Amino acid sequence: MLKVRNVSKFFYDPIEVQVLKELSFEMKSGEFVSVMGKSGCGKSTLLYILSTMDTSYTGDVWLGDVHYGSLSADDLAVLRNEQIGFVFQFHYLLPEFSVLDNVMMPALKLGKKSRQEIEFDARKQLRLLGIEDQAKKMATQISGGQKQRVAIARSLINEPKIIMGDEPTGNLDSKNAELVFEIFKELCQVNGTSLLIVTHDEDFAEKTDRVIVMADGEIISQ
Amino acid sequence: MSRNSLLINIAKTHVWARRKQSAIAALGVTFGIGTYITLMSFMTGLNGLLDGLILNRTPHIRIYNEIKPSDRQAITLDPRFSDSSALHTIHSIKPKKTLSNIRNNRGIMTELAQDKRVKGITPQVSARIFYQSGSVLLNGNLIGIDPNKEDALFQFHQYVIGGKPSDLAGNTQGVILGAGVAKKLSLKVGDYIAIRNAQSKLIRLKIVAFFQSGLAEVDNLQSYAQIKTAQLVAGENTGYVTDIHIKLHDLEKSAAMSAEINRVYGVSSIDIKRANAQFETGTEIRNLITYAVSVTLLLVAGFGIYNILNMLIYEKMNDIAILKATGFSAGDVRRIFIYQALIIGIIGGILGLGIGFLMSYGISKSPFETDALPTVKTFPVNFNTLYYVGGALFALITTFFAGYLPARKASKIDPVEILRGQ
Repeated sequence: MLKVRNVSKFFYDPIEVQVLKELSFEMKSGEFVSVMGKSGCGKSTLLYILSTMDTSYTGDVWLGDVHYGSLSADDLAVLRNEQIGFVFQFHYLLPEFSVLDNVMMPALKLGKKSRQEIEFDARKQLRLLGIEDQAKKMATQISGGQKQRVAIARSLINEPKIIMGDEPTGNLDSKNAELVFEIFKELCQVNGTSLLIVTHDEDFAEKTDRVIVMADGEIISQ
Repeated sequence: MSRNSLLINIAKTHVWARRKQSAIAALGVTFGIGTYITLMSFMTGLNGLLDGLILNRTPHIRIYNEIKPSDRQAITLDPRFSDSSALHTIHSIKPKKTLSNIRNNRGIMTELAQDKRVKGITPQVSARIFYQSGSVLLNGNLIGIDPNKEDALFQFHQYVIGGKPSDLAGNTQGVILGAGVAKKLSLKVGDYIAIRNAQSKLIRLKIVAFFQSGLAEVDNLQSYAQIKTAQLVAGENTGYVTDIHIKLHDLEKSAAMSAEINRVYGVSSIDIKRANAQFETGTEIRNLITYAVSVTLLLVAGFGIYNILNMLIYEKMNDIAILKATGFSAGDVRRIFIYQALIIGIIGGILGLGIGFLMSYGISKSPFETDALPTVKTFPVNFNTLYYVGGALFALITTFFAGYLPARKASKIDPVEILRGQ
């Protein structure tokens, strides 16, 4: 499903630092993988590269048959839209739009369904995450934990092949973290969605299929 | 939902969510265009008025008989002096006696009327007269005109007060009296005035209106009557014409055509540029000032618009990153911000056109009185649609670039470059 070969990444400002060192690993379709490691070990950086949002790296990444390095910026945008769901560490919602609009946005961009169908799907996702009653509120008017769940709903709307999350449950209480885990688990088992989740939560990690542990830009166990 | 309608929707939401800033940006456009239209309309209106002062009342070509010495003096007929290299000296050359009547004037006018360059021709008869009031005699000049033609070609009505040029038509007993004369002799419209011609013959004419050019030396001397009346006063027959005034379609051809008339008909003629050399310089300078002012205005407004929109877009960097992260392409992001800029440009532009028109209209209704144009009561304003089209285009073009340039820059960045910095 996801194949990573010799991925390296440097930061040059203020001094040259190699954040990722010749990383290689693979993920099977429908696998639920968590990534752990101390702050600054390169987890988020890796995730940004795998989600095509960062294009300045060396090495190769394939999602299915698709080789990232062979795609134009526009093709990468389409790939992100259709096949990758991403949940940021900070929710990153569009502040001018309602909760519902935020969730619907990627699907409207994809344009494969009618507006009514998309709204129906979006409400379903919000209901699953227990925040359907917030649908018409503006994205700025809800709490941090709710925002985080909206961001998760948004990542699910296009039924992507893979969902990547940068501590998606970091802002949630244990009850809601559990809820999100269950949703992920079900997606994985029912839809065969692959999941790659960066987390600091050991309980969360233990329940996943596989744990990749990183330190200083390298994978030390998987 | 099509791609564009989604992007336009996002743009609309952005504009609406930041109504205050959007309104300020739109106001920048509004004021830029409003002042541009107002100033252009007003300045070109004034220029038109000033140009009209000369252009309307001056014939493009004037044909007359000039009193001057003969070009060829009798001595050159002597074979010994016919060679131009042969020196001769003649003292006290006297001007040749010339009749003021233009010979064959009817033939000249008929022929010129068929010339494609000519817009119209009016003949005039000038007669020296005295205005009489009791024992007082005032020097004067009576000009015989065809009032309707004179009005059509040279806006004669602009200088006529208290009546219309057409009041003179068909009235051989009428006169449009110089305003200066009327003041001196305390006359009003409807009164009779006694005039004496060069032969001291007394003629009574009824005043149908006054003539005021704003030049005291003209208004104190000159009066207008029908051609027939002037011929009678001059004691001449009906073929007598002292001046022919020609208006052309294209002013620029006047010099060449004047020379041609001089050559072909053997009469004196003068073109408008020679008669009013200072006029062209004045017009050029005024036009230059108008263009300099308008370009400066547009530049200043353009930079203002660019600045505000630029800021608006940089504040939205986060949204750009989020949109890109969820699958919007660089082109989508660019369009969203160009649409935003255009929404602001269109709203601001339409308001600007309205305000420009209202301000121009207000100026055109403000009182403005000048002795030179007695019929003008308000400021002249040029309501040329060209300035409105220009203003609208300017609004669209500046806002397009003001949106496009920062959006292009922002759209090229990897989303993570923007998000990581926070």
